[in-house]
Amino acid sequence: MKTIKDIEAIKKQTCDIVEFRDNQLTKEERIAKNIKYRHTVLICGGTGCTSNHSNDIYKRFQEQIAEKGLTGDVQIIRTGCFGLCAVGPVVIVYPEGSFYSYVKESDVDEIVSEHILNDRPVARLLYKEKAAADHHAAPALSETNFYKKQHRVALRNCGLINPENIDEYIGRDGYRALAKALTEMTPQQVIDTILASGLRGRGGAGFPTGRKWQLCHDAKGDIKYVCCNADEGDPGAFMDRSVLEGDPHAILEAMSIAAYAIGAHQGYIYVRAEYPIAVERCKIAIKQAREYGLLGDDILGTGFKFDIDIRLGAGAFVCGEETALMTSIEGKRGEPRVRPPFPANKGLFGKPTLLNNVETYANVAQIILKGADWFNAVGTEKSKGTKVFALGGKITNTGLVEVPMGTTLREIVEDIGGGVPNGKKFKAAQTGGPSGGCITAENLDVPIDYDNLIKIGSMMGSGGLIVMDEDTCMVDIAKFFLEFTVDESCGKCTPCRVGTRRLLEMLTKVTEGTATLEDLDKMEELCYYIKDNALCGLGQTAPNPVLSTLKNFRKEYEAHIVERRCPAGVCKKLIRYEINDNCKGCTACARKCPVYAISGTVREKHTIDPNKCIKCGVCYQTCKFKAIEKK
Amino acid sequence: MKVEKTTVPFNGTPEQEKELRQKLQEIKKIDGCEMIALQQAQEIYGYLPIEVQKIIAEELNVSLEKLYGVTTFYAQFKLNPKGRRHVSVCLGTACYVKGSQAVIDKFSELLGIPVGGCTADREWSLEACRCIGCCGLAPVATVNDEVFGNLTEDKVEGIIKKFEGIDEAIEEVTKEN
Repeated sequence: MKTIKDIEAIKKQTCDIVEFRDNQLTKEERIAKNIKYRHTVLICGGTGCTSNHSNDIYKRFQEQIAEKGLTGDVQIIRTGCFGLCAVGPVVIVYPEGSFYSYVKESDVDEIVSEHILNDRPVARLLYKEKAAADHHAAPALSETNFYKKQHRVALRNCGLINPENIDEYIGRDGYRALAKALTEMTPQQVIDTILASGLRGRGGAGFPTGRKWQLCHDAKGDIKYVCCNADEGDPGAFMDRSVLEGDPHAILEAMSIAAYAIGAHQGYIYVRAEYPIAVERCKIAIKQAREYGLLGDDILGTGFKFDIDIRLGAGAFVCGEETALMTSIEGKRGEPRVRPPFPANKGLFGKPTLLNNVETYANVAQIILKGADWFNAVGTEKSKGTKVFALGGKITNTGLVEVPMGTTLREIVEDIGGGVPNGKKFKAAQTGGPSGGCITAENLDVPIDYDNLIKIGSMMGSGGLIVMDEDTCMVDIAKFFLEFTVDESCGKCTPCRVGTRRLLEMLTKVTEGTATLEDLDKMEELCYYIKDNALCGLGQTAPNPVLSTLKNFRKEYEAHIVERRCPAGVCKKLIRYEINDNCKGCTACARKCPVYAISGTVREKHTIDPNKCIKCGVCYQTCKFKAIEKK
Repeated sequence: MKVEKTTVPFNGTPEQEKELRQKLQEIKKIDGCEMIALQQAQEIYGYLPIEVQKIIAEELNVSLEKLYGVTTFYAQFKLNPKGRRHVSVCLGTACYVKGSQAVIDKFSELLGIPVGGCTADREWSLEACRCIGCCGLAPVATVNDEVFGNLTEDKVEGIIKKFEGIDEAIEEVTKEN
């Protein structure tokens, strides 16, 4: 078991090695600080890069370094996500901070022989932003547009430390917040600090974290639980996964601090089984923390007792709802319960339970260590700190970004995200997943925080941010999200089980061109009915994508109904394929058409018989002359 | 969604049953162990036919009805086995926006099975999945553990052929020997 002194000693040993990656020290400084490594190679081990074979790159580096006899001089580390998933697999070499993108296993030998042995960074692999005029000068990582406007608190260790090595976390001030809380603060002082920081739940609803802690602290009972919600189910959101993969100890430390604050001795991390890397790193982190006595009976010799177990989800979206999550940990069908009683009073196994989201926890240790004022100096009046967004959809830099609350959507999409690719026009951004709504181009300059997003008809949600361009049909998107909620509805309450299904049927009628304008009014009425009457957050927010698209893109709905036309050319039943004058009469489309709907003679313009056409789109893909138009 | 009961005959071995019963004894004392039990059983058998659920219900002393209720609630628990090649196509938002529906339709058409189905010879099964977290590669599909990114419907046939090609190659080598 380690004492606080031991932790300080480990920090001293490792902090220089870790900081070495951050500060880009010069050769002299490195020698002065007595750092034994000449180079550090960081290889992204997040899910995105791993699925692009970053593990093979890691192995190849190890082989190459061993072969060249550099094992003692070069440190090779598999980190968590760097954020810029679009250009993965990603490798960074320090002290230069060279950011290599799209690295292949076959590139490793060159990086080792050129960069590591001869200090000549491999220019062809360096990440270059399109805007950079000078193609030879790749900007330092922190100077790229993608990173420049970011402010990393929750993600501060992601992509910087080895998540499977507790010493590196300690080197970055890890577990010092826990030591401070246990030895210098009372539980009430901990709660007051969190309250004063203004931290709000990052899982979506934005409930003040400190208030939640206070409620659990005040609840009566000998046995209390601390849970971490890592059942990140919103399609398109992956920030919780990245934190667990890149910095699992931050979550363990925060949960321990929370346990001390409310008086709990057992914690659970409920994580999706679909995140195998996150689960594995959590398991390793818990094992290491137990070995160091940072989890267990007598933490840091203070007599405080707390331990954490992992529970795996099994693919049910509703289990991200707090009461459903607890029912699932109890081993039952993950159905939500009626509130009140709230989990703070009667939660897991009927005991007072504190449940926070991963990203919320990721801020806690920093707040305790640096103080509430440090944290709430960033952000807007009612939303403090930063928020992590997962950028996806039609955007150049897909990946993970952390920005101060109050950053505008334009900054995120255009500056950090690199804009919409292929010269297409931005149409809307969807936040909050199936519970949220869309933000249109007019609202691009609204500072993003919890309250503003609700005002413009969307919500923060967990932070998925899907960008859509002019080729996206908003009715189809609403239908897609509703299909998701219909599929994931647990079936316990009628408004959600039956209501969402009826709503989907109406939407389907719209996309097939058989709806009437009256149906739109009926849909709206049903939306409000479901919102008001469903049992849990899933049902109450399920109509949001429909309401939000109806409000912002009513014209598109009307085009489907009145003109029987899908303006974006997505809804299959409403598309018409026509052949224009570009047609060279090559007959390629006619030969491919499965229903022989295309006729015409060689070298003359062909025509499509709309009565025979099944709108499969084969002709559209076959034509090399852009002669087939979707209408 | 209607869950089809297991259609393939149960062929569990005594070794598997022994392993399962042993594991169940270990986890029996944990609060809320039903989910853990089902997860471990699925790891051993690959799916959860009623025969396996009976063993769990017996060992944990819970009713089979209750256990079946839990099994059918969660998408991860399968009442049908997976094919030797299991295809999952991501229909998460990012992939969907980039056209993954066309990709899964193509798989379904070429394999001749509906989404969620398994071919009669247990060779191929097809499934739609939620976001697997590599939205940068959208649209994405996985065949067993191998990830295929930036898909279009034209690439589907190539993927299927690639796997069937491996088989043919192995067959040829065996014949030659």
